[in-house]
Amino acid sequence: MIKTQYRELYCSSPRYWGGLASLAFIILVGLGAAFYMEHNGHFVTGMSNQIVWGLPHVFAIFLIVAASGALNVASIGSVFGGPMYKPLGRFSGLLSIGLLAGGLVVLLLDLGRPDRLIVAMTTYNFKSIFAWNIILYTGFFTIVGLYLWAMMDRKFEQFKRPIGFAAFFWRLALTTGTGSIFGFLVAREAYDAAIMAPMFIIMSFSYGLAFFIITLMAAYWWADRSIGDLRLAKLKNLLGVFVGAVLYFALVYHLTNLYVTQHHGVERFILLDGGIYTNMFWIGQVVIGGIIPLFLLYSPAFATSRFAITVASLLVLIGGFFQIYVIVIGGQAFPMNLFPGKEVLESSFFDGVVAGYSPSLAEALLGIAGVAVSMILVAIGARMLRVLPESLEDPAEGECV
Amino acid sequence: MSINNDQPDLQRRDFIGKTVLAAGAATVAPGVLLTVANAGSDEGVSSAVRWGMLIDTNKCVDGCSACVEACDKENGIDLIERPQGQSDEMWNAQRPQWIRKVKLRDTQTGEISNLPMMCQHCEHPPCVDVCPTGASFKRADGIVMVDRHICIGCRYCMMACPYKARSFIHQDIAEQLTSAPRGKGCVESCHLCANRIDAGRETTACQDACNQEGHKAILFGDLKNPDSEIARALKAQHSRQIRADLELNTGVRYTNV
Amino acid sequence: MGSLSGIRRFAGMVVGGALMLLATGAISDSAVTKGSKAAGLDTCVAPTAAMRRNHMDYLKHDRRETVHKGIRNTQYSLAECVECHAEKDSAGAYKPVNADGQFCESCHSYVAVNLTCFQCHRKTPENMSGNGTAMREGDQRQVFGLLQSVDQPLSLSRDELTRLHAKIEGN
Ligand code: SF4
Ligand code: SF4
Repeated sequence: MIKTQYRELYCSSPRYWGGLASLAFIILVGLGAAFYMEHNGHFVTGMSNQIVWGLPHVFAIFLIVAASGALNVASIGSVFGGPMYKPLGRFSGLLSIGLLAGGLVVLLLDLGRPDRLIVAMTTYNFKSIFAWNIILYTGFFTIVGLYLWAMMDRKFEQFKRPIGFAAFFWRLALTTGTGSIFGFLVAREAYDAAIMAPMFIIMSFSYGLAFFIITLMAAYWWADRSIGDLRLAKLKNLLGVFVGAVLYFALVYHLTNLYVTQHHGVERFILLDGGIYTNMFWIGQVVIGGIIPLFLLYSPAFATSRFAITVASLLVLIGGFFQIYVIVIGGQAFPMNLFPGKEVLESSFFDGVVAGYSPSLAEALLGIAGVAVSMILVAIGARMLRVLPESLEDPAEGECV
Repeated sequence: MSINNDQPDLQRRDFIGKTVLAAGAATVAPGVLLTVANAGSDEGVSSAVRWGMLIDTNKCVDGCSACVEACDKENGIDLIERPQGQSDEMWNAQRPQWIRKVKLRDTQTGEISNLPMMCQHCEHPPCVDVCPTGASFKRADGIVMVDRHICIGCRYCMMACPYKARSFIHQDIAEQLTSAPRGKGCVESCHLCANRIDAGRETTACQDACNQEGHKAILFGDLKNPDSEIARALKAQHSRQIRADLELNTGVRYTNV
Repeated sequence: MGSLSGIRRFAGMVVGGALMLLATGAISDSAVTKGSKAAGLDTCVAPTAAMRRNHMDYLKHDRRETVHKGIRNTQYSLAECVECHAEKDSAGAYKPVNADGQFCESCHSYVAVNLTCFQCHRKTPENMSGNGTAMREGDQRQVFGLLQSVDQPLSLSRDELTRLHAKIEGN
């Protein structure tokens, strides 16, 4: 058996530093945008008392969800012992830490009072799922950090499996927690579904793996290392399964909602006449994020096309972004039904009407900066730590189970 | 520290509300005074009381917004300036509205009803459950409010409130009332004029305004005191909670909707 | 080596002494701004030294009492800080206590501590013409001189008087 050699990510300086510099630039712009928002107050954003969570939250939730899914590869490798995935475990851990950090940065910078971070970290209301999430996130950093260590330091080899298990369960809890943020909003019809938490888990698998494939291929392109076709095909097939599962869950979610009579309104809104949200659902989530990637992944015509895999992963991410957008913003835009059997004729507070939301540039820049934070962390981490194998050529015949 | 030394600081503490009374009281023995004083709010609000409201939608008049204006004045909401160049729509969506008028039509019968909506002061408030820092809280006397000293502005409470009763402050605030602090980045909502209640008054600004207009649609009082006007009214007539299905046991109730 | 440490010690003493001078300079002067109500008083709601050192803790403690328990007659109240320490300009209008050179701001900028209270709280005493209805007193204050002119120490403890006053005011 050939031992996998891990080595820091070295590539020609201009390429590496150039990439890093452009990421840093995006982050700077995003920080500027955040400062602008905080300095003026949120009135410069599209968010309001109607749409209280906007684009930054979409980005943040997207990244956090993806973070826990990115760890999946490591889990498969060390918990379930798949030899094809094993050498990828370290990078998977690093990526998940990066994504989580990126998401949290966005979430934090969008607070009304980010200067009170210390309050958020020290004053807890243990009834709040949000507070639990803060604990889950911190714990995730710790556990995945330890996990990385255990994977990288031979002395701690024996802890690898237990910590791997811990990380596996922790990140399931984390995604459930993130999903439950919405599950607890009983009053909002779009969120009032038990399936929300498992759906978030499966979404995390899909987005996390898509992120993983893209960053992995980018890193190997950067460093002129090679990835074996077989290995990529494994990842690709896995992604296909997850994408299909997400679609399936979306279907079940909407079907169960259709079953509940009170929720017909919101279903109609998302599926039929919600304007932008309907478009985002059908075009963004279903077609771009589901059908096209499935086609690219499974069509024999693209069986070995790396380009197709990249495009499919990118589309999964874009579709996933739309999916979260529809959940977060669409769910808020749909009016809460305070008075069943009545229609609202007049209200100064948009009762009974679909709330409008047009995100501002600043929000978008902040969100994108969050992605850049994730990527820069991964880039730096991969350069400093031995997370990426020297070569990911396919293992010799006999080793594949 | 000597009493003499402390004299001036009593002066600066606006020692006198009513000179005559104080001069009289000062001659009374200290012990007596103390018992009087202790009967006051020194222990803080008590759970023997639960403040609530009963709103008679039949009496609420179409087009009247006396309660809204009174609330804006009482809580310094009218001091907030609209940011330059903001559209009407955005201003309406972003400015704080503690109380709002809603006009409804029954889709079956066409019956029109008017009512004010505000924080319903739930007994089991979702906003309090979800708040990560505990800034959102319920006082012993049932008033739900935000401790804006520890609110981080995450707006989770706004997501959780079934009545859209909460407002986020989207801009810098130049001027506030002493009794109504307010600043950018925190969430706030109706607190049933807690400052008045703590000062011993038993009406809210909206109620006063409504009465002044002669409509008398708002009744405010202690739900737990069987002799209070509101408790008797609740006993005598059918009232309902909005979204009673959520079982939040709201402190604000409505008749004739 | 020895001489070096001697020089160091000396330098330390000089610097320390200078700092101490600075510090006492700041403390010995009354920080209270002229033209504020506080300027006419001997002491604050607690001895000056205690107030200087601990006012933030006092305020923080009492803000909890006020916000969470509805106790509004606390010994320490930011509204009263403002009431007493706001200075009037020549036109008779109050200057915000967090404006340049004013009571709160001058000290906070001297010690480089963020003065965050007034991000949300009112910075000047409220006058009668303002809107809102709560906490309006004002002209009764003049009458206060009457009682003072009686000019005899009341035989009550401070605490009792504080309560008394709050009771009367809150009626
Ligand atoms: S009405 Fe809304 S803000 Fe008021 S207590 Fe209930 S959940 Fe909280
Ligand atoms: S916005 Fe403030 S009050 Fe509301 S949940 Fe967040 S911290 Fe709590």
